Amino acid sequence: MHFGVVVFPGSNCDGDCYYVIKDVLGKDVDYVWHKSTDVSRFDCLVLPGGSSYGDYLRTGAIARFSPVVEAIRRFAEGGGLVVGIGNGFQILLESGLLPGAMMRNRGLKFICRFVNIRVENACAPWTSMAKTGQVLRIPIAHNEGNYQAPPDVLEKMEERGQIIFRYCSPEGEVSDEFNPNGAIGNIAGITNEEGNVLGLMPHPERASEEILGSSDGLFIWDSILAKLEGNTK
Amino acid sequence: MARARVHIRLKEGILDPQGKATLGALKSLGYEEVKDVRVGKYIEMELENGSKKQLESRVNEMCERLLANPIIEDYWLEVED
Repeated sequence: MHFGVVVFPGSNCDGDCYYVIKDVLGKDVDYVWHKSTDVSRFDCLVLPGGSSYGDYLRTGAIARFSPVVEAIRRFAEGGGLVVGIGNGFQILLESGLLPGAMMRNRGLKFICRFVNIRVENACAPWTSMAKTGQVLRIPIAHNEGNYQAPPDVLEKMEERGQIIFRYCSPEGEVSDEFNPNGAIGNIAGITNEEGNVLGLMPHPERASEEILGSSDGLFIWDSILAKLEGNTK
Repeated sequence: MARARVHIRLKEGILDPQGKATLGALKSLGYEEVKDVRVGKYIEMELENGSKKQLESRVNEMCERLLANPIIEDYWLEVED
């Protein structure tokens, strides 16, 4: 089982993702420079958080033209697992691998704190180790997390179960009061139609050990491992 | 040298947090006549000379592919040759 952590100029959560995969999960992992054009040796690719290309123009707008993105597209079309976290999510949106777009937080502030997210769809490959309705405590750290999509697109995503996480109260109540950034429908994470590409704003790599205040991120990592090991429920 | 000017802003109907904050600030300065503010981007480009029509079509393509995100943004462009 071989993970790749894609590094764009300006990525800054790449080291954390690499550390969690190698030292916490104990799996093989390599960095993948954004100029790479072949990612076929990997089983799962992680697009980490950060500010690729200084977030110039729009978050992820320039990174999506990095050579590696075409390779990631082919990898995803072949069924490979791709997860984008924070800026990685934004890059997946700009590249069209996930539907919708990201806007500035409605409060205009960079928000860096723990939030609660509800698992809306506990399924392979991303959330099979959690239960639908379960609340995970995982931090966010972003300035552009205000997810938006046209109403017809959202409706289809709902029907297909593509909305995986929503911001909620500690008890799992989804309401505007618990929406940190203005994202439509409190959306914190979505997949593509096929389900093999995930984008989420919360950072599971920052919540994978108790000493950091939460290990709920492990539900996501362990779901990926279960899928790759063929142990999915 | 031809020149292009591109204006980009969030689509009508999409909440513009920067615009709202600016509106609040203008009101607090006493500019009560301001009813709404939308904040956008302005991009200037210098281009190699060509036919105006062709330049417009190229700049339009640049907007679609990179400069704007058509999901959330509208844009206007003008080309001077």
